[in-house]
Amino acid sequence: MTKSVTDVICPFCGTLCDDLEVVVSDDGKTIVDVYNACAIGAEKFMHAQASGRVTRPRMQQPDGSYKEVSYDEAVEYTAQMLAKSKKPLMYGWSSTSCEAQSVGHEIAEQVGAIVDNTATVCHGTTLLAVQDVGIPSCTLGEVKNRADRIIFWGCNPCHAHPRHMSRYSIFPRGFFTNKGHKNRKMIVVDPRNTDTAKMADIHFQIEQGRDYELLSALRVALRKEVLPDTVAGVPKEKIYEAAELLTSGRFGIIFFGMGVTQTLSKNHNIDEAIMLTKDLNEFTKFSIMAMRGHYNVTGSGQVLGWQFGYPFCVDLSRGFARYNPGETSSNDLLRRGEVDAVFVLGSDPGAHFPISSVKKISELPSVAVDPHITPTTEVAKLHVPVAFVGVEVGGNCYRMDNVPIDARKVVDPPEGVLTDEEFLTRVNKRVKELMEA
Amino acid sequence: MEGGKEKDAYRKACGIIEMDPSDLKKLGAWRNTNVKVTSPHGSVIVKAVEATQGPHPGLGYIPMGPWANSVTDPNTYSTGMPTFKGVPIEVEIAMNEPVLSSIELVQKKCRGEI
Amino acid sequence: MSEYLIKNGFVFDPVQGIKGDKADIAVKDGKIVKSSEISSKAKTIDAKGKSVMAGAVEIHAHIAGPKVNEGRNYRPEEKLFGYTPKKTGSRMAGGFSIPTTFKTGYEYARMGYTTAMEAAMPPLYARHVHEEIKDTPIIDEGAYPVFGNNWFVLEYLKNKEIENVAAYIAWLLTETKGYAVKIVNPGGTEAWGWGLNCISIHDPVPYFDVTPAQIVQGLLEANEYLGLPHSIHVHTNNLGNPGNYETTLDTFKLAEGYKAKNKFGREQVLHHTHVQFHSYGGDNWGNFESKSKEIMEYVNKHDNITIDLGQVTLDETTTMTADGPFEHHLTELNHLKWANVDVELETAAGIVPYIYSPNIKVCGIQWAIGLELALLAKDPMRTFITTDHPNAGPFTRYPRVMKWLMSEKARKDQIDAFKYSDKVVAATHLASLDRELTMYELAQMTRAGPAKALGLAHLYGGLKPGMDADIAIYDLNPEKPATPDEIEAAFSRARYVMKSGTPVVVDGEIVSHGNKRTLWVNAKVNENPQVVRDIKDKFLRYYSVNQANYKVANHFVPNPYIIEVDATQ
Repeated sequence: MTKSVTDVICPFCGTLCDDLEVVVSDDGKTIVDVYNACAIGAEKFMHAQASGRVTRPRMQQPDGSYKEVSYDEAVEYTAQMLAKSKKPLMYGWSSTSCEAQSVGHEIAEQVGAIVDNTATVCHGTTLLAVQDVGIPSCTLGEVKNRADRIIFWGCNPCHAHPRHMSRYSIFPRGFFTNKGHKNRKMIVVDPRNTDTAKMADIHFQIEQGRDYELLSALRVALRKEVLPDTVAGVPKEKIYEAAELLTSGRFGIIFFGMGVTQTLSKNHNIDEAIMLTKDLNEFTKFSIMAMRGHYNVTGSGQVLGWQFGYPFCVDLSRGFARYNPGETSSNDLLRRGEVDAVFVLGSDPGAHFPISSVKKISELPSVAVDPHITPTTEVAKLHVPVAFVGVEVGGNCYRMDNVPIDARKVVDPPEGVLTDEEFLTRVNKRVKELMEA
Repeated sequence: MEGGKEKDAYRKACGIIEMDPSDLKKLGAWRNTNVKVTSPHGSVIVKAVEATQGPHPGLGYIPMGPWANSVTDPNTYSTGMPTFKGVPIEVEIAMNEPVLSSIELVQKKCRGEI
Repeated sequence: MSEYLIKNGFVFDPVQGIKGDKADIAVKDGKIVKSSEISSKAKTIDAKGKSVMAGAVEIHAHIAGPKVNEGRNYRPEEKLFGYTPKKTGSRMAGGFSIPTTFKTGYEYARMGYTTAMEAAMPPLYARHVHEEIKDTPIIDEGAYPVFGNNWFVLEYLKNKEIENVAAYIAWLLTETKGYAVKIVNPGGTEAWGWGLNCISIHDPVPYFDVTPAQIVQGLLEANEYLGLPHSIHVHTNNLGNPGNYETTLDTFKLAEGYKAKNKFGREQVLHHTHVQFHSYGGDNWGNFESKSKEIMEYVNKHDNITIDLGQVTLDETTTMTADGPFEHHLTELNHLKWANVDVELETAAGIVPYIYSPNIKVCGIQWAIGLELALLAKDPMRTFITTDHPNAGPFTRYPRVMKWLMSEKARKDQIDAFKYSDKVVAATHLASLDRELTMYELAQMTRAGPAKALGLAHLYGGLKPGMDADIAIYDLNPEKPATPDEIEAAFSRARYVMKSGTPVVVDGEIVSHGNKRTLWVNAKVNENPQVVRDIKDKFLRYYSVNQANYKVANHFVPNPYIIEVDATQ
């Protein structure tokens, strides 16, 4: 016999689908099947069950190999490393619960660490832009119920947020959008003819890195001012046409992703996209939303916000919280050699940071807390395996529109494996003892 | 990617460069040839595949992962965000060189072996 | 639990009618008791030459939740100065108009405030509000979910289905662990979903075809049907616009003929918040003027209404409200950064920084209006001091507001400091008001009054045996005249503060995180299959989360104080 757990939250991307159904074996130990999830989400649940999973901490040996150690030893190493360090970097926090983040921040406050999350390589530039010019936004349900103009700018939900279009943005029939996708016009801006672009009413195949120009051109077109013949490779007629399409809608939204946050103009792209949105509110109702990646990177920004007042790059090393991206951001700190220890939880900088930063991590005392084996765990001095949040332990998470959803536990973690929160709580206790001594 | 980064599936999905057929032709490479991608910030061996979401002549696309991060521009220009996209690269055929697994690649780069 | 005896202080307690007499206050097991009930082991606290009051009660402030946190995160510039480091027993704390949760708890406690109500909780974000409340030390807190633009409410009230609204309110209070029925720009915020607004209380809401007046009156009736501890808590339409006092009076009039029905001793049926923002005359910024007399004349005559001030403090601050269209209007006015969130089926919110400059005429007039409302109030038990934190200024400026209210000289000094003092004087009544509030009246406006209006008079606001031992001791000797600055200094840093019998502030410094509680109302109604069906249907078709993932689980509220209401007869 099997049993079914309903209303399960998917701990993959910022879409944070909460309608999964997971079938588990009678003893509650094995996941048999996953319904309603996208392929990636389903794989995440099934991967939790893969054989050969590491269930005990492993310490790197002088020859580069790893040797199993106890959780007690892992707690001791981590606490000693953090307590001794002058300026440790505590990075990640995006694939874990808010409860775990909160304990992590308590540790960071005691040892004077820098707390940074994956926004630093993802939507950090968005956060900077919001600090410059604000952000008019809405919840995903508003999009479902009202939106008739949808722009995907520099993002590819078909691959990165697979259920976004079916649950919220393109296909669902909402209160004022009872014809589903027939009520909506879709514009995609991407230098590649992506699978998302192929579905669009209009695809602007923009020259790579010229987003700022096209955004500015749309603002010009809204004002019916003069444009050059082409902007960013797009003929001006098409830009005027798009401006007309946007202003003729009742409720529009721009979703944007890495295509604008990671290119050279960085936060300036987002500034311009937000100002375009603000301009559009002179004509109709318009919102803008970042397509957040990790399922709880948004939550990390929230918890940091109410505890310290900044969404990422929070430097606690001087005894009070400071914030200065470019100085207190992970990659800048690593590149300049300003940190003397690295603690990673809920992220994989080994795969997602430029290799020069990864090299610095590998040279420092370092701990990687992660259920998986990743490039990070394989260069860190200590790997601490933990339970999967959202599969083997619950906890609060924030969706890309900042809506908090409490993730559910579906199965037990392997015998003896700690959760993030349990491991951090033990480290916190030990750090307290060391700092008071 | 969620199936395990130590697995071969990850290497096959992300240890690639998607290139426009016209660029492959210019390079004189067949599809699925290993190539060496070099930028001012490093180099890496990946498999050249035909663009699935093209055409985009002149544009190469390496999915997010340690292979891409071997050649991306780490400069953040005081924003905290490395310049991951829009990095000028050169591609040359490296038929006999292997595409390393993510873990091998990162470990070897960290030890300075490659 | 420990025992305490606070000796020789000058006691101000409206609950017992004590107006500055010397009296001892005894505490046992977290409650105030008769002096005869404590043993000789009780710890003595000498309050000689000092004033003793109950802990103050904040009835309206934006201190926890999504828009507060967006404010924090999008204003890093706010935290450049004044960050305090971690100390033994307290966390690092920073921010000015939107302080971190730790700072919020510490600053309230230092001023002798021991309870605070978060004024607008979007139901879909209730979990976030409670996460922040959990991280706000010392003070007891509750949160008001917003109802005035909720689709269920709009649809039921279109057909005047009061019982269904009541059943929905009861359900939502339980789901969100909420405290009271908040109404913000009724109908106007739903209209904002299309970039529109409802300016008067008779503008119909687009599509839903119900008016703000019907929404307010319907929710008022449902609130009294349930007999909730607090009345409806209203921020009416047309906030911030010249000439809006007529809309405000129209809204007040909706309460005429209604009498409070509840078991908590609450007498009002409508609380109108931050009335300063709603008491404007004129029809443009040039002839903008005070209409506080007209407003207070009405309030003084109608004892089923309570109000709070929304006093402008003349600071740089961060405005935030569920009145989405107003914030858009404001960003068009001052061109500062604008954040907005529309929340499906429920509400919206906007945020814009704002600088209340003493060099701007309108800001000076706004400042005067707030003070006028308090000084024209005949019944201090129905007019409460707030700054609508952080909208008219941060709550940390309460001591300054108290100074202005208690000292005509302090007010005159401020008027003289305005760049356009003549114009401010001409457009307001303040210069002709010589009233100075007494300590007793202050205790009414900040303790007994708000506690009673919240239906919490059995717990808070007084020093009568049986009430919670929430006590503040200030360095103010009523027998010696204090200068305005001494008044402000004394209220800024209480000598001693006790929360539920635990000392939390000693000599102005935090000594304990106390044992904070979250207040919420559990209202029972008769089974209502229609409402149950409607809720299920809305979640299936229009919400973006499943119904099973909506409820705020108990672990988000680790130390609840649940108020039971039974409306099943």
